[in-house]
Amino acid sequence: MARTSQFCTFYLDKLLFGVELRGVQEVIRSLEMTRVPLAPSVVSGLINLRGQIVTAVNLRRRLELQPAPAGTRAMNVVVRSEDGAVSLLVDEIGDVVEVEETSFEAPPETLRGSVRNVILGVHKLKDRLLHVLDIEKACEMSET
Amino acid sequence: MQTTLPPIDYRMNDGDIVKDFLVESYENLDRLDRDLVGLEKNPRDRDALAGIFRTIHTIKGTCGFLGFGNLEKVAHVGENLLTRLRDGQLTLNPEITTGLLGMVDVVRQMLSQIESTGKDGESDYPDLREKLTRLQQPGAGGGQKTSPASPGATPGTVSRNPGPTSPAKAHSTEAAATGKPGHEARRHVAETPQPAMPRSAEEVDGQHILQSPAAQASASESTVRVHVGLLDKVMTLVGELVLARNQVLQFSSRMRDPAFLAASQRLNLITTELQEGIMKTRMQPIGNIWNQFPRTVRDVALSCGKQVEIEMEGKETELDKTIIEAIKDPLTHLVRNSVDHGIELPAERVKKGKDPNGRLKLRAFHEGGQVNIEISDDGAGLNEERIRAKAVERGVMSSEQAARMSEREIFNLIFLPGFSTAEKVTNVSGRGVGMDVVKTNVERIGGSVDLQSVAGQGTTIRVKIPLTLAIIPALVVTCGGDRYAIPQLSLLELVRLEADKVAQGIELVHGAPVYRLRGRLLPLVYLERELQLSADAAPGADGAVNVVVLQAGDRQFGLVVDQINDSEEIVVKPLRKQLKTIKTFAGSSIMGDGKVALILDVLGLAQRASVITESHERALNERAAEGSGTAEKQTFLLFSGPGGSRMAIPLSTLARLEEFPVSQIEMSGSQWVTQYRGQILPLVRLNIVLEERRAKLRALQIPPSPDSGPIQVLVLNHEGRSFGLVVEQILDIVEDRAEVRMEATRASVLYSVVIGERVTELLDIPAILRSAESNMARHSAVAGGAEATP
Repeated sequence: MARTSQFCTFYLDKLLFGVELRGVQEVIRSLEMTRVPLAPSVVSGLINLRGQIVTAVNLRRRLELQPAPAGTRAMNVVVRSEDGAVSLLVDEIGDVVEVEETSFEAPPETLRGSVRNVILGVHKLKDRLLHVLDIEKACEMSET
Repeated sequence: MQTTLPPIDYRMNDGDIVKDFLVESYENLDRLDRDLVGLEKNPRDRDALAGIFRTIHTIKGTCGFLGFGNLEKVAHVGENLLTRLRDGQLTLNPEITTGLLGMVDVVRQMLSQIESTGKDGESDYPDLREKLTRLQQPGAGGGQKTSPASPGATPGTVSRNPGPTSPAKAHSTEAAATGKPGHEARRHVAETPQPAMPRSAEEVDGQHILQSPAAQASASESTVRVHVGLLDKVMTLVGELVLARNQVLQFSSRMRDPAFLAASQRLNLITTELQEGIMKTRMQPIGNIWNQFPRTVRDVALSCGKQVEIEMEGKETELDKTIIEAIKDPLTHLVRNSVDHGIELPAERVKKGKDPNGRLKLRAFHEGGQVNIEISDDGAGLNEERIRAKAVERGVMSSEQAARMSEREIFNLIFLPGFSTAEKVTNVSGRGVGMDVVKTNVERIGGSVDLQSVAGQGTTIRVKIPLTLAIIPALVVTCGGDRYAIPQLSLLELVRLEADKVAQGIELVHGAPVYRLRGRLLPLVYLERELQLSADAAPGADGAVNVVVLQAGDRQFGLVVDQINDSEEIVVKPLRKQLKTIKTFAGSSIMGDGKVALILDVLGLAQRASVITESHERALNERAAEGSGTAEKQTFLLFSGPGGSRMAIPLSTLARLEEFPVSQIEMSGSQWVTQYRGQILPLVRLNIVLEERRAKLRALQIPPSPDSGPIQVLVLNHEGRSFGLVVEQILDIVEDRAEVRMEATRASVLYSVVIGERVTELLDIPAILRSAESNMARHSAVAGGAEATP
């Protein structure tokens, strides 16, 4: 039997992304956020997650995608990074998918720039590609 | 022989066992250091010996079990030596102590190796083992045979302390042991079951308690080791519970159902208690860091050929864990310094007629929501003239300025950066290197350091620190629609400029906005602009400008914000590592409504706004200059005291002015009191405080004369307590520099100063309070509180 892994998937700018399920703490609807002045632009703000203060990362900006249209309420995918919990802001939550490791492929050489560090590769699903993100890299907040 | 292994949990794997072994061993080793030094002073304390033996034996046993062969070998020789000591075949002497301490160091080294590599290293330390084996021979190092334990020294009984230390003047079992660090650690097991033994406070006074192994076992069973991470998590959840409770209470205020109201009331009480309980779990006794000091003192004293005894009082004083960690290094530094520079060589001490053994005393106690830690030595004290001369020589100030400075101001110069390191003030006069670092570290956690010294008699350093860093009082302000918290610690005052005053109140120095605060220019920093919230800093909606006057290091500046909300206690949560690089924020906190607010780092903000750019050198000069007399204008309240003398207090110390008819004055003992705002306000009569001793006692008993008119009272707040000062007549409020000063001619007076062109006595409020308190406490004895120096 082929080895499989589970991914928590979500959408950003209509693209399908996923992080390994075991790195995900929880998924929650949008929470009220406090902005952090002077912080790197990928930091959207701080949220109160049951008394724990969690930094929210604007994943669209992290992945150099177009900013979300005004008025979009982002969802929080809270992941466990080395430095505690971090919330990744996404447009929409997808399913949990189980994929065989054989369907994985590294990103093409033509994918360039800093995004290459964040995207580990893709899983070829039946109808589309699942972009696999490196949780640690996605949580990095310094300007790239 | 029983082998004490760490309790094995069925879920545990080897890694956990090793981790537990390490934690336990480190703790035991810390105690060992202390016990060994204590034992050296009192070699017949079989019980302490037994404790040391147990620790090493446990380490040896566990090592064998876990397969750390080399460590086992080292522990084994140590154990052999200890067996002979325990059985009375050898007596402890300095050489054996040094050998055993050396073994402790090696064991510690090996443990840290196990921690980092998982192995106990290659070496089995043959030199050390050889040395320890040699020490086992009777006669080696001058060891002699001892008689078996003296009668009464059997475990579980109270025996008279044969040591040379002075009997601790304490009235409780707990405090009785404080003079002997080696024993105090086991203070908690003093409650040995001894029904036959009457143990009144007097009897225990000056004695120390030996405990039985059984009692020790029960003490360890009553505690559980908990990971700090878990505690923090529980605390976070309790914080959330508090918020949920608040919401329920808000909701319940609209409900009529009595059962629901009762339930929410219960929820309220339980939550509050739970919160307090959780806060307490983070508290640790300061003894945890003091325990290493006997060893530190021994090592330093030995290396500089001195004889020093260390005394500790108040080891059980509790502090938040984070604070304990933060003050560990500064305290160690101060202790080392006291031994190194404070206490003289034995020969010198004898020449001065002192005991060749120097005394170092550590004292900790709670006072006014803060913890005070005192480190005092009976050494040579600071040489005031030396420091004064050095200050002038180093160009810190002119000789005129130096001459004007008080002794206390001079002493505190040693905390200035570079003052002690560059020149050898220390070798001649007292204190050491890096006192500025001590001061900086203590101030970073909101504490303060003060120093008092009497030439020839010693030096006392007093460190005041807050109880906890986790919860701080803060002022909440709004700026650009978000709330920010400013730690109250750096807050000086709030200024509101009404719309019509803004134009004339805020001036520009070549574009840089300033505000004239009592005649001095206060640089203004616009928070909105500094945080790049928006480009222009328009005044608030009503046109008024809110200025928060802050202290950053030596500097003051005004922070302009949109709105000042309220001051509240906030729970500080650190920022994520990557956000810590933003120096403007000290952390974050969850506000009452569940939203997150950032806590401003005043120092970081000041640096960002370039309020602080000067080098230390300039700050140094300014601080020195400030202390020496270019006083800014102060506002004083003038009044006439007993006999029509003209007196003043700084207006800032005054809470209110009140007038009470004599009928409202009541007597509480010999103390005049009155009911004021739901409290009992003690009334301090100036004529009594200032009176000579004998007259004071007589005057104290006199109740107010019923036919005299209403009395004038200044209500003052001092260290969180209110008291009323009875004066003859209130004269005026004046602003003056009060520069011309003369030493006070009587106690309770700070200076005689010229205010409003007339000589006025400036009162010393703390001294008056002390004096009044000592009168209250000892109204039948001769009162002497007023003589205490401030």
